[in-house]
Amino acid sequence: MKKETATTLRAFVIELAVYAVLVIGYFFLVLHFLGEGLHSLERNHRYAYAGTAVLLMIGQAVLLQNVTTILLRLIRGRRKLR
Amino acid sequence: MMSFPISGAHISPIYLAIMGFVIGILGGFFGVGGSFIAGPALRVVGLDWNFAVGTDLAHIVGKSVVAVRQHRAFGNVDLRLGLIMAFGTIAGAEAGAQLIQMLKRAGNVNLVVSIVSIAVYVSISTFMIWESRKTLASRKRVRAPGAVTDLKAKQDHSAFQHVTRGIQRLNIWPMIELPASGIKAISLWIILLVAFIGGCFSGFLGGGAGYIRMPSMVYVLGIPTHLAVGTDLFEIIISASYGTFTHAVKGNVDILIALVMHTGAAIGAQIGAICTQYFAGPKIRMAFVPLPLIGAAIVIYTLITGHKL
Repeated sequence: MKKETATTLRAFVIELAVYAVLVIGYFFLVLHFLGEGLHSLERNHRYAYAGTAVLLMIGQAVLLQNVTTILLRLIRGRRKLR
Repeated sequence: MMSFPISGAHISPIYLAIMGFVIGILGGFFGVGGSFIAGPALRVVGLDWNFAVGTDLAHIVGKSVVAVRQHRAFGNVDLRLGLIMAFGTIAGAEAGAQLIQMLKRAGNVNLVVSIVSIAVYVSISTFMIWESRKTLASRKRVRAPGAVTDLKAKQDHSAFQHVTRGIQRLNIWPMIELPASGIKAISLWIILLVAFIGGCFSGFLGGGAGYIRMPSMVYVLGIPTHLAVGTDLFEIIISASYGTFTHAVKGNVDILIALVMHTGAAIGAQIGAICTQYFAGPKIRMAFVPLPLIGAAIVIYTLITGHKL
């Protein structure tokens, strides 16, 4: 049981580290460039901005969950093979 | 530091992601939005109050999507109940906001809201301590150790069950069945009323009011705790999306801050949702108790110091 817990924890830490690298890349590559576009949308077309905001949030949620699921599968799958 | 042009704020993205992670765990586990932490945490880094409220709502949408997908995989979401409740919540939120406007005109909004919220928070915590302890003490049946995975284990007991059954027996047309929650018949009006009251508190006190809705679903409607958590989150997706849209139209949402917060919340919400599988209903309810008390402490601090966190 203890070994199993340690393996799960290790997999989780690896997942967090890989996820953190991906997220930092995401901050600079995507959100940085989205900033100005969203800012001008917010100033000039409020309703379009409001709709975009909700869609972006839901889209990111689905995307990130899929990323974490794939990461977990890759990390745990590789461990099982060993 | 990262610059957010919409609100004009400069905030560390690491701070936002860690805050999102912590709130995500709470949300996934308890089915709450976590506004009582997110609001003050955003205020501390200099975000204006209106942006803190609107941006927090936007981040709640994303976090709830992640948590609901996880809860759905565990069979913890009653879609029919969630959709019905969303109507009541939205109507209630509008009523709560109107009430705030009336109190503003009367000139005593802060004092009334503060006293009502302290009374509500403390009452919920006191009741839940009493009920959870009584239920845990009365449960002599020994469960198998390890994860709570089957539906029978999720159908938790409550010391308040006799009242819940009485409410379910109220025959007010139309009566509906909620098979996913194990309820054979309940009046549609009772569900809408519970959602409406939760929505009123949401509009009146701010945030998603999950600290009221989740216990109401368990004690008034008789929904098993795991399903109440998952369904509440599903309902939050709809009501918080509506809230995000209306706040964004009013210029109160910095979606970039919400997106950064959500990078942490996405993983935290999954952890929180998975954790629910390892705890029985009364234990989740017992662990829930400090949350409304934290809310009460924040309001008392605001009353004493005059600083809105």
